[in-house]
Amino acid sequence: MKSIFDIITKQPIWIFVLICIIFFSFSSPFFFDLSNFTNILIQASTIGVIAIGMTFVMINGNIDLSVGATVALAASLAVGLQPQLGITGAVFVGLLSGVLIGGLNGIIAWKTGVDAFIVTLGAMIGVRGLVFIYTGEQSFYAHDLAYSDFGASSLFSVPVLALIFIFLIILSHLVLKYTIHGRNVFAVGGNRIAAKEAGIRVGPHMLVNFILIGFLAALSGVLLSTQMGASTPNLGRNYELWTITAVVLGGTRLTGGYGSIIGTFGGVLAIAILRNGMNLLQVPSFFVLIILGSILIIVLFIDKRFSEQQGHGVRA
Amino acid sequence: MKALLDSFKPGLKDKEISPLQFFGKHGISVALVLCVVIFSLATENFLSADNFLTVVMQASIIGTIAIGVTFVVIGGNLDLSVGSLLSFATVLVVDLHDKVGPGMAIPLMFVFTLLIGSINGFLIGYLRLNSLIVTLGMLSAIQGITLVYTGGKNVDISDQENTWFAFFGREEIFGIPVPALIFIVLGIILQIVLLKTGFGRKIFAVGGNETAALFSGLRRKRLVFSTYLLSAFTTACAALILGSRVMGSQNNVGEGYELLVLAGVILGGTSLLGGSGSIVRTVIGVLILAMIQNGLLLLGYPYYTQWLVTWVVIIVAVWLDIAAKRGKLLSSY
Amino acid sequence: MSTQAEMTESTELSSEQKPLLRLKNVSKCFPGVKALSGVSLDVRAGEVHALLGENGAGKSTLMKILAGIYQPDEGEVILEEKLVHMSSPLEARDHGVLLIHQELSLVPDMTVAENVFLGNIPRFANMFVNNRHLNKRCEEILTRLNCKFKPTERLGNLSIANQQMVEIARALVFQPKVVVFDEPTASLTDYEKVVLFDVIRELREGGTGIVYISHRMDEIFELSDRISVLRDGTYQGSFDTPKTDIDEVTQRMIGRDLDSDIAHQPPELGVMALQVNGLGIEGLYSDISFDVYAGEVVGFYGLVGAGRTEVMETIFGLRKPDAGSVKVHGEELAINSPTDAIDQGLGLVPESRKEQGLVLGMSCKDNTTLANIIEFTKFGWVDTVAEKKVFEEYKEKLRIKCPGWEYSTLNLSGGNQQKVVIGKWLSTSPKILILDEPTRGIDVGSKSEIHHLIRELAKTGLAVIVVSSEMPEVLTVSDRIVAMYDGKITKCFDRSEVTEDTLIKAITGQSV
Repeated sequence: MKSIFDIITKQPIWIFVLICIIFFSFSSPFFFDLSNFTNILIQASTIGVIAIGMTFVMINGNIDLSVGATVALAASLAVGLQPQLGITGAVFVGLLSGVLIGGLNGIIAWKTGVDAFIVTLGAMIGVRGLVFIYTGEQSFYAHDLAYSDFGASSLFSVPVLALIFIFLIILSHLVLKYTIHGRNVFAVGGNRIAAKEAGIRVGPHMLVNFILIGFLAALSGVLLSTQMGASTPNLGRNYELWTITAVVLGGTRLTGGYGSIIGTFGGVLAIAILRNGMNLLQVPSFFVLIILGSILIIVLFIDKRFSEQQGHGVRA
Repeated sequence: MKALLDSFKPGLKDKEISPLQFFGKHGISVALVLCVVIFSLATENFLSADNFLTVVMQASIIGTIAIGVTFVVIGGNLDLSVGSLLSFATVLVVDLHDKVGPGMAIPLMFVFTLLIGSINGFLIGYLRLNSLIVTLGMLSAIQGITLVYTGGKNVDISDQENTWFAFFGREEIFGIPVPALIFIVLGIILQIVLLKTGFGRKIFAVGGNETAALFSGLRRKRLVFSTYLLSAFTTACAALILGSRVMGSQNNVGEGYELLVLAGVILGGTSLLGGSGSIVRTVIGVLILAMIQNGLLLLGYPYYTQWLVTWVVIIVAVWLDIAAKRGKLLSSY
Repeated sequence: MSTQAEMTESTELSSEQKPLLRLKNVSKCFPGVKALSGVSLDVRAGEVHALLGENGAGKSTLMKILAGIYQPDEGEVILEEKLVHMSSPLEARDHGVLLIHQELSLVPDMTVAENVFLGNIPRFANMFVNNRHLNKRCEEILTRLNCKFKPTERLGNLSIANQQMVEIARALVFQPKVVVFDEPTASLTDYEKVVLFDVIRELREGGTGIVYISHRMDEIFELSDRISVLRDGTYQGSFDTPKTDIDEVTQRMIGRDLDSDIAHQPPELGVMALQVNGLGIEGLYSDISFDVYAGEVVGFYGLVGAGRTEVMETIFGLRKPDAGSVKVHGEELAINSPTDAIDQGLGLVPESRKEQGLVLGMSCKDNTTLANIIEFTKFGWVDTVAEKKVFEEYKEKLRIKCPGWEYSTLNLSGGNQQKVVIGKWLSTSPKILILDEPTRGIDVGSKSEIHHLIRELAKTGLAVIVVSSEMPEVLTVSDRIVAMYDGKITKCFDRSEVTEDTLIKAITGQSV
């Protein structure tokens, strides 16, 4: 069992998280507070749930740009169908839509050989079109208050949304580390040809991961709509940006073959803490954008320096 | 003229060509023709000169940006920041128009837009950071800068009738709308640069095999840097057109443009891996997208239906292109 | 045309030596090329069967048919007296036929054990990884192969030679009947080769049939029991190794006698072109000093990892030295990039032609003018007519076989690709030309052409440096030889005074 020290040195993002926590605790009296922390967790969960799926997909050597649009689709269906199907039915359809979109992306990537970037870029554009067609550019409201009650509910005084997020983090970490499918994610991402020649069925494997992220994006959308008690057609815009940012901050490599759920969790928390902290300090929102964009670039730079020192590379 | 016609030639030769491969090489032109045929049969006005000009006008903003982005992609990188850069530049030129007059506003806008482009170029060309992440980060950073600049408000030009600034977006020369002219002229010039100059050749080399380019004495950093200057430049031109057309701007007017630009480039057959591509093909790709939008509108469908069609078209187009290179339709995973 | 029976000069088969694997009349066509026609071959249990042939002879195609990557158009593959159809590498593996490639099919970020059992991981309930079992079984195989590293180590941290061992370990998991080795010693030091050969011999003792594909005659004659030769896709005979010699098999391979003797006269030296003094990069090499004069060829000989390539890359501006200086024609000018180096009259034909030498997607002509485009541009405009002229010049001079200037370099053979790279550098009119492993993986015919070319270049007044790991090559082309070991120059020899013995000692760190 790895020690905490090992985890921190392998994923430096946690040092950054620690620094942020310390910084904001001293800068604002409202930061170091249990209810604020649970808030952070809930805010983190929106991107965090998707980031779990994105971690699998990116270690696999792929990427999914359509998650934002799927969030909107699932949310719109889950709220919009309530009058016809009731809450359970509508939520089921919402989640199913994510599975189907993910499945579609996966099958296209598998059977046509078109790169995941392009496949999901197309889906990003097209699924948003579906959302607009279904909603007619309207926002929907959940008239059954039980829906938004769920979004605010707690179990053992921990908000349910936060619990779901933590549960998914733990579950996905175990799957990635200890199951055959999880090991295959690294194999396919690390050397696709070798994996194929070793008998790993790459196509179906990638399909599973796309379905996974599709489902998680849909889940995030549904959970988000329970918080708002509503859905909007422009929901999820830029989510792919933040999800990929969080995953990269967490140490997963863009080229695939390397990454971890713990790291992604750190990346997601880092972004959420920064947002929350800067909000408490009343930093204007445009600065937040600039700062977050810059942090991403700085992290990239450090990561590059770090990996360049490892090898005696040819001068750039 | 010969140079331009030359650029239509398929390029590298390699063994015999099967029907699938022929389609792969010329498919994009086939698709264009198909588009025209389908829409002109389905609607009344599609083939009119008027409508054609409308299409080219619609395509001119995305197309102008796409011309610069093509260079970036051939060089082996991506630029996802063009959408928010467009917002920034449009807002800037419109706002400065009333403050310092169009004569100063335009050059200033170009300067600042190129400045941002040079940040991209520096981070990606000189520091060699990953272009996807950097331009994604810049996307949000530039959005932030735009918000700071406008304080969240929309900007407008007050006296919209009497300014020569309207030339870029609203006037015509010999019956051709100026936006279309800008688009076409830029396209021709840059296609020639791409195919006939040493600079263009070097971009292909850097995108095709960066290491070999390095070993051959090419200045990779400088070359990549200049591709981002080019994409910023074309984005600034597009902002000129857009600002002049609309004479006002919201903060996020360019939101989503990076996707459509990329879709056009991909549709045109330029490989995202770098090392191959052409402006002409990008232009065709963008025109196809514009035709889809136009055709669907003529048929009475709401504007967002084009997104659905675009999705299908991109996938099918790239699929066929890959299948042509592979020699068979399905991949063997 | 002699019959199969007459050409096979091996001994009669006894019942224990019945062929394990037999190819009968196998043919394979690709668009425009008949890669194999009517090839029949057999591999016995417990033998090392070497396969020789120039590039393009069909060895690679044959190998891929054995491994299930290709399927024959005609002919049969018979394994242990049974007809088999291997339509994928997996099927081949199931039948017990395995290929060890040159490009290792391993995942660098996973552990050794995970790589050995890739696709085949011991599991619970078909879902969960059984880590204990995984590492234990891996340990067993590694011990059998005499490997010193642990199953839990990250694969990417191992040396190439050790990674190759992991690849072999992977093959052993399936208890193969036939193992095909494709140029396995390309990146190994002499010591590592010994270890590999021991493993191969052990496999042979165990009854495995081994097919060994290589260009290296010394290895083939050391290791193999039989040698089969392919030429232009046809079978040219099998020989019992003890009963034949290099000349005979070479003759079968090429169909002509090779003039491998290059007369060695003392070179006519010009000015001192390159003077390197005390060059060093921490961790790579140190205290490197040597001179090169115009008109001579200096060979740098050493084991893989001795630091030779790194020294050359530093001289060429690809690496920044920690210490020392480089003077070109007596002047010490900073060379900070290949651009500077080219301006100074240097050229480097790099180690890896596909990764460092060519932009594969570009045409032959464009690749040839790549280092020198500025010579062909006026006000930025490229003069393609002049380019084509230059390309045709080099095509003729270097005897490059390519369909035309506008065809991409992707499908040229290794030898021709290398010639394009050499042409590229020659067109920059360098004064100093460095060639790093110029004939690696190239067929004998092109090899000889390139050796002659190198000698010619020196005669026309260039200062030439050749980095090589092949003793015959170094002895053939060089006027002087610099031996390196472990990042240092151990000894400089004049061609007239060197012996194979002293050379080997110099590059393995023994005192000379």
